[in-house]
Amino acid sequence: MTQFLNEFLFGFYPYVCLSVFMVGSILRFEHGQYSWRSGSSQLLRRRQLMIGSVLFHVGILIIFLGHFVGLLTPIWVFDALGISHGAKQILAIVVGGLAGVVCFIGATMLIHRRLFDARIRKTSSFGDIAILLLLYVQLILGMSTIFVSLRHLDGHEMVKFMEWAQRIVTFRGGAADLVADAHPIFKAHLFLGLTIFLVFPFTRLVHILSAPVWYLGRRGYQIVRTRKGGAARRLPAE
Amino acid sequence: MSHILNRLTFFKNRAGSFSGGHGVVTREDRSWEDAYRKRWQHDKIVRSTHGVNCTGSCSWKIYVKGGIVTWETQQTDYPRTRPDLPNHEPRGCSRGASYSWYLYSGNRLKFPLIRSQLLKAWRAARATLTPVAAWASIVENPETRAAYVKKRGLGGFVRANWNEANEIIAAANAYTAKKYGPDRVIGFSPIPAMSMISYAAGSRYLSLLGGVCMSFYDWYCDLPPSSPQTWGEQTDVPESADWYNSGFLILWGSNVPQTRTPDAHFYTEVRYKGAKSVVVSPDYSEASKFADIWLSPKQGTDSALALALGHVVLKEFYIDRQVPYFQDYARRYTDMPMLVRLEKKDGRLVPGRFVRASDFDDALGETNNAEWKTVVIDEATGRVAAPRGSIGFRWGEQGKWNLEEKAGDGAPLRPRLSLIDARDEAVDVAFPYFGGRAHEYFEHVEHPEILERRVPARRMALKDGETLVATVFDLFLANYGVDRGLGGANVAKSYDDNVPYTPAWQEKITGVAREQAIMVAREFARNAEVTNGKSMVILGAGLNHWYHMDMNYRGIINLLAMCGCVGQSGGGWSHYVGQEKLRPQTGWLPLAFALDWARPPRQMNSTSFFYAHTDQWRYETLDVKEILSPLAPQGRWSGALIDFNARAERMGWLPSAPQLERNPLEVAREARKADLDAKDYVVRELKSGALRLSCDDPDNPINWPRNLFVWRSNLLGASGKGHEYFLKHLVGASHGVQGKDLGETGGQKPEEVVWRDEAPEGKLDLLVTLDFRMSTTCVYSDIVLPTATWYEKHDLNTSDMHPFIHPLTAAVDPLWESRTDWAIFKGIAEAFSRVAPEVLGVEEDVVLTPILHDTPGEIAQATDVRDWKRGEIEPAPGRTMPQIAVVERDYPNLYKRFTALGPLMTQIGNGGKGISWNTEHEVEALRCLNGEVTEEGPTKGLPRIESDIDATEVVLMLAPETNGEVAVKAWEALGKATGRTHAHLAVPKEDEKIRFRDIVAQPRKIISSPIWSGIESEKVCYNAGYTNVHELIPWRTLTGRQQLYQDHLWMRAFGEGFCVYRPPIDTKTIKPMLAERSNGEKEIVLNFITPHQKWGIHSTYTDNLLMLTLSRGGPIVWINEDDARKAGIEDNDWIEAYNLNGALTARAVVSQRVKPGMMLMYHAQEKVVNVPGSEITGQRGGIHNSVTRAVLKPTHMIGGYAQLSYGFNYYGTVGSNRDEFVVVRKMKNVDWMDEPAKPHMEAAE
Repeated sequence: MTQFLNEFLFGFYPYVCLSVFMVGSILRFEHGQYSWRSGSSQLLRRRQLMIGSVLFHVGILIIFLGHFVGLLTPIWVFDALGISHGAKQILAIVVGGLAGVVCFIGATMLIHRRLFDARIRKTSSFGDIAILLLLYVQLILGMSTIFVSLRHLDGHEMVKFMEWAQRIVTFRGGAADLVADAHPIFKAHLFLGLTIFLVFPFTRLVHILSAPVWYLGRRGYQIVRTRKGGAARRLPAE
Repeated sequence: MSHILNRLTFFKNRAGSFSGGHGVVTREDRSWEDAYRKRWQHDKIVRSTHGVNCTGSCSWKIYVKGGIVTWETQQTDYPRTRPDLPNHEPRGCSRGASYSWYLYSGNRLKFPLIRSQLLKAWRAARATLTPVAAWASIVENPETRAAYVKKRGLGGFVRANWNEANEIIAAANAYTAKKYGPDRVIGFSPIPAMSMISYAAGSRYLSLLGGVCMSFYDWYCDLPPSSPQTWGEQTDVPESADWYNSGFLILWGSNVPQTRTPDAHFYTEVRYKGAKSVVVSPDYSEASKFADIWLSPKQGTDSALALALGHVVLKEFYIDRQVPYFQDYARRYTDMPMLVRLEKKDGRLVPGRFVRASDFDDALGETNNAEWKTVVIDEATGRVAAPRGSIGFRWGEQGKWNLEEKAGDGAPLRPRLSLIDARDEAVDVAFPYFGGRAHEYFEHVEHPEILERRVPARRMALKDGETLVATVFDLFLANYGVDRGLGGANVAKSYDDNVPYTPAWQEKITGVAREQAIMVAREFARNAEVTNGKSMVILGAGLNHWYHMDMNYRGIINLLAMCGCVGQSGGGWSHYVGQEKLRPQTGWLPLAFALDWARPPRQMNSTSFFYAHTDQWRYETLDVKEILSPLAPQGRWSGALIDFNARAERMGWLPSAPQLERNPLEVAREARKADLDAKDYVVRELKSGALRLSCDDPDNPINWPRNLFVWRSNLLGASGKGHEYFLKHLVGASHGVQGKDLGETGGQKPEEVVWRDEAPEGKLDLLVTLDFRMSTTCVYSDIVLPTATWYEKHDLNTSDMHPFIHPLTAAVDPLWESRTDWAIFKGIAEAFSRVAPEVLGVEEDVVLTPILHDTPGEIAQATDVRDWKRGEIEPAPGRTMPQIAVVERDYPNLYKRFTALGPLMTQIGNGGKGISWNTEHEVEALRCLNGEVTEEGPTKGLPRIESDIDATEVVLMLAPETNGEVAVKAWEALGKATGRTHAHLAVPKEDEKIRFRDIVAQPRKIISSPIWSGIESEKVCYNAGYTNVHELIPWRTLTGRQQLYQDHLWMRAFGEGFCVYRPPIDTKTIKPMLAERSNGEKEIVLNFITPHQKWGIHSTYTDNLLMLTLSRGGPIVWINEDDARKAGIEDNDWIEAYNLNGALTARAVVSQRVKPGMMLMYHAQEKVVNVPGSEITGQRGGIHNSVTRAVLKPTHMIGGYAQLSYGFNYYGTVGSNRDEFVVVRKMKNVDWMDEPAKPHMEAAE
């Protein structure tokens, strides 16, 4: 039974989550354009939002990037670069830990604001509050794993998680077995992480997909669109 | 295309670039743009307007999409003007453009609402009782009654259905009519011109019931009593296009760009044409930027400035040099050549009444109404004669009531203006001077309060002995302090003399430099001289809301009359306040007041009514002695203001409501039992004292108004002067009155009106309000009925500002469960006819009416004031007391009568302003147009008036302004009285009949009619007084001319025979509050001024999100930066303003715009939006009227005297409010009162 549960949660459940994440997001983008937004409450009250939001976003972006690169980069890349597993583990603990603290402070402020500012509370949906709490628990779990990781600074546990993640995304079997004997905190962290993917399309998190990163490399300052359905007007020679 | 796939073409999107790569062309999907395009798509455009009393009367396009009103824009299809005149369009403003917000807003009333305690009591009672019995059980049980009365204003409405609401209202009305009399059912609705049929719906119901329709123009204090005093005309003004014909424009206390937004372009355009413009305004108003010269007098001192301007004009254009045009105009069109008796008063000579033909032994050969014919001296022959046109010629004979220069006998007559070259002697005549009275916050100029000036006079042998007489002209000049070279004191040798009323004299009072006053006067008159009167003054409420408004206005009217401007295109008196001009008035009156079924209707002047029934008189601080002239003739000048009002009511001057202490249905029955004519019976009972008028005891429960309908109005939120007194005494809600009444303070109580130690609280049994939004009035009502908005009904709309009649039409059907006003009152009428037979059948109703202007009765009390109650004269209905009539009420058939045009239109005909004509042809046309009633009953065969469109057709068919055939009949009828032909003004349009669908297609210009004093023509713009000057139709005054001298006894007693300067009154509301209720902040005292605003029209739009967003989003007041510094107030601070009347909260706008010493609060900002609690009253905020209280003026009560006879919204007391001061301080605690109600203020369970 335990083995089945493990297989289900870490072998099949990731595919359920990722499928819902992808299909759900596409459907919402197609059919709910007006709902595709971050749902900012800045107009209602700036107090606590500015500092809280910045700290939260800085922290969580670093953590997200760390997880993304850390988990999905093939291990041989690190080996080829000569980064030892132990060094990678320490890097993850230090950077992740610092970013986690920053994110924690921000998230605490945001939660306090969302729950105890009457105006914000009144205008919040269930989803707005739930996703914030979900992220908060996940953050706490993630930071708790540091204490577990400190017990095996050689990084072998970490490598197992990398392997697990890479097997999942490359459709290779046996992924669940890799994390079968991981510490329960890790398991809880993994499960909750997957669940966040599951609920992603139903929450304001979709704004992540539309983060206007392309502004960074944009060249034109004035954008002119071609006529609807027609060809581009001939432009004067540049 | 799929949104997601479209995003995936990211790299193919780029179609090119330009400007060196700074611009890029992309090929991305643009379908999102359709969302914006769809926002502006529409299925249809419907013509409507906003019935909001802004005078704009702008035609709008209402866009509808999918059955939803999406937005509105201005119509641009007004008929073109003639070639040399700019067009009218586009008309409209930001306020109108935001109206569609209301339709679907949270503030929209969607269902009938009833106070829950009332509804519960009703349902419980109705379970076992019939409707009227059920109502009786509720209001006769003090506990059940108090259960809902005390909750007024505290929320707790529940949704009801129409049948139930109508039945409650009908039962309440029937009960009240049976128990107390139908005159205890009151209705308040203002300004019919803004939606005529909606007004008529309620007033028709009330008039059929015998209920009382309340006036509004006087109550709003927009009615300038100076207009009826001078012209015998309510107010008639030039259309805004006529500004363009002017050469010199003074804007005096009028803020054209802000409050006449759609008309302001004519003002801009005429300045391009070369007109000079002077703006007179204490604050730097939006209009001031148009000015070539901006004069900024101290607020409330305008008459001082006007008198100084007049002084200059008289001196330079009448004495130093005679301008032929002015001389001729003054002689022919003003009362200046009329003779006035000089009477002895305490050893001095004072101006008395006009000499009348009856003063001579032979009555100058006049056999008809000799008492009402004024007298002049012929310049050529020296003969004393009664010139044609005075009011004596108007009644009892025909053909001589005109302004031809002839005597009654037809001999040519050129009246002598001045006796200076034909005098027997020069005598000292005394004039009162009020400008020396000290006032804590206004400057005064020390002079004795009686000023004697030398006047050329003639000795004349009259019936009562040799008497000195002088012309109005000579007295007029003396009053202005102009030196005639006759010697004597108190006349000015130069403008620099400090003598009333020179430019130097006014300097200290107004703060306006004498040089500026002289320059403006000179240029104004000079322009009039060279253009034959094309100098104009645009003036408004800014001057008229002062207690002594008549002086401000008459000062200006005098100036215009001296310069021959009135009645000349491009010149004259342009008083703009509300949308008074109900152009098809005579067609509308029968519909509105059910004159087709019964005459006369019950109408009441609201100021006196509310003064009495909101018990503001119990707090009166103004002693009559304070306003009495030092030269008051012998008479009875003691008593309180309410005593004067009661005297006026019983002498037949002012109307009464309720009228008699006994139910008028009962009185009729008693008369029948006594086998007497009701008239004789009432006279007998009144004389013996067995029956009293209600006005003698307004606090007696049998005299309370019991049911009140409010529709098309926000009576409590916008126009209830003395708001807190309304709440306390009439409504019975929680209130903020701070003062104690005369009983508690030991003040001087009334002499005649009964004082009751216990003041009533909650006089009304039922308050019903019809509105489309939850206004302040709705909040205090018992039943709120949701009415159709201006985009959901068919109606008619006209204005003073342009000559067009145009419609409101339904862009969508009334939303949710709302109904049009017509449908609502029709529904109530239907319910009433069903419910009433329980207690009422066909009844006789004794109706009292005052002596009315424009009726033969108006020449009632020629030379003296006598009170029948004191035995000074016999009570004679219609002559020395109110007229008494018996009217049949068919209560079971009220609904049938409501929906059919009654038989009196064919039996008696129709008319207005003293002329009448036959309407058989029009009634027949309506029978064909609307169809005839086929159901059995008393209305079978009569024209139907089922729908609101049927009702519009009645108005349009019967009115001369919209039916050329009627116009011709009306002009012919007038021609009989004047002996001249006028029909040429309408004959070219005889075949024109404007119908409802015509104006839906395009606004139509109305047809010239004798109801108005201007004409519609291709040659001139509409200008008031035009037909008086050019058709020689007399003004409807005693003298038949523009009357600059008011000779009524009460006028002389209160010092207003001639125009004088009178400083604002002292309302004494500050001292008891100053430093008494400190919150630790500094206190300052400011004059409280309430002009019209920028972000709303009255209270409408002030709760509209778009307008709130453009303004500061809640109540604000403007104060000067120096005052703010003194009080430690910074911009946007919450402040509180208060006095004995109550308190209000608002945020401060600190600005150099306003003068130090004044606080400007835009009139009627709703109490329901962003108003915090007051630290003084503990109640929510208060509104602008919370710190005001109405104070009556005796001269406005005069009646039975030619032009000074009562007319509905024509003459009567007015609710002035600008003499009020407030204590202002910063608030310490801004309490939003947004926690649950405390137990003692608990709202609905």
